[in-house]
Amino acid sequence: MSPDQRWRDPHAAPGARLDLSPAPGAAPFGLQVLAQTRMETRLLLRNGEQLLLAIVIPVLALVGGVAAAGRLDLDLGDQPVDVLTPGVLALAGLSTAFTSLAIATGFERRYGLLKRLGASPLPRHGLLLGKIGAILLVELVQVVVLGTVGFALGWQPDADVPAALLALVLGTAAFGSLGLLLAGAVRAEATLAIANLVYLLLLTGGGVVFPTEEYGALGPVLEWLPSGALGEAMRAALTHGSVDGRSMLVLLAWAAVAALLTSRTFRWE
Amino acid sequence: MPVPSPAVEINGLVMRYGATTAVDGLAMTVDSGTITAVLGPNGAGKTTTLETCEGFRRAQAGTVRVLGLDPRKDRRALLPRIGVMLQDGGAWSGVRALEMLHHVARLHAHPLDPAALASRLGLEDCGRTPYRRLSGGQKQRLGLALAIVGRPELVFVDEPTAGMDPHARRTTWDLLRELRAAGVTVVLTTHHMDEAERLADVVHIVDRGRVVASGSPADLTADGRTLEDVFLDVTTRSGT
Repeated sequence: MSPDQRWRDPHAAPGARLDLSPAPGAAPFGLQVLAQTRMETRLLLRNGEQLLLAIVIPVLALVGGVAAAGRLDLDLGDQPVDVLTPGVLALAGLSTAFTSLAIATGFERRYGLLKRLGASPLPRHGLLLGKIGAILLVELVQVVVLGTVGFALGWQPDADVPAALLALVLGTAAFGSLGLLLAGAVRAEATLAIANLVYLLLLTGGGVVFPTEEYGALGPVLEWLPSGALGEAMRAALTHGSVDGRSMLVLLAWAAVAALLTSRTFRWE
Repeated sequence: MPVPSPAVEINGLVMRYGATTAVDGLAMTVDSGTITAVLGPNGAGKTTTLETCEGFRRAQAGTVRVLGLDPRKDRRALLPRIGVMLQDGGAWSGVRALEMLHHVARLHAHPLDPAALASRLGLEDCGRTPYRRLSGGQKQRLGLALAIVGRPELVFVDEPTAGMDPHARRTTWDLLRELRAAGVTVVLTTHHMDEAERLADVVHIVDRGRVVASGSPADLTADGRTLEDVFLDVTTRSGT
């Protein structure tokens, strides 16, 4: 079967009669959310720039970071890969929940997709759940890929897995809300520029990949940012097998404030 | 399924944007099972009126009932029952045409077969083409397919044949007539007088936010004038 024929109904010659009589109704809510999750995940994984952000850059950051730490004889307290892998996992969460989500949503608004879905049976909270589902699926792929690369580089985690998952979920909530706040407030092009700029700034100076204590006087400030908090919480959970309660609370507070602001300001058109 | 008659009932609708009054006390009725064309110059308030019926905008004054429901308060009950064709856009730029149609079909309980619908609209050859690479006419046909794939009782189509070649226009007209024959109510806006004349049971001409003439194409042109003459006579030149 050629790829072309796959899309063709063999019984439907042009002009074949369709039963157009009204039979309206919404699909069950769960199936709608599933369809939306599936669609958003496929589109995200098909988009080259998004893949660069989701997979390629974090892998390069991990491999490059470990190589640089070895060459510069950087003292991170532990084996560099043990410190850097949780940090890069935090970076991956940031890129998917914030940068990818903001850019995708900004252009969905611009292209009228949000309006089209607004006229469909899918309620707005269903759309939101679909997006969350897609983010979590992509993060799962990221964790598998980056974990594998980490182990290949000699990563020996001292892991509190539930704490790491909680940190990732709280970080996703915080950055996802911030991403939607941005996408709902400014033009798509501005969202693209700002989301990428913020990503670069946090990647280099946000306390995500490297521990906040490496930043000297800036460190204590970074611990109050969602980037530093997510990085610290992931390192605590995966490098020392402990729960960083304060960082978790910082993430929760950012998530709550950003979600509240987003619900007040988000424009669908 | 019993449908309350009329399908759309608008009374005294007023919509303002800042200092501009887009809709100024508009009243209009659409009978079930008809094709009703809404004509008017650019900026006459057609799209705003449609978007109020579709629940995108809240009526600032007056009442709007669609299938007997309030488009804002009863939005969740209403949306599965209506189909909306947007004037442009409405898809991810990277989504394939048929993939988008399948997606919207999955949001409905008893959708049409997406492949058969695409074939009916001559979209089978661009089923795997990303949305951003579709021609204007293909985007229009996909937009129509997205509006009817959920088997609605009532469809709103905003300039359905803009940018279409004559073949695609005929295909679209045939489909709209078939929808009517199947019991679907169709409300369309258009700038093409021939489209309104050939398709519509009833024509409403809107100018500066009010309906200024209504009737069947035959009634409106009973004195021997063309529909375009009538249109030019009852409407004002738009600034846009």
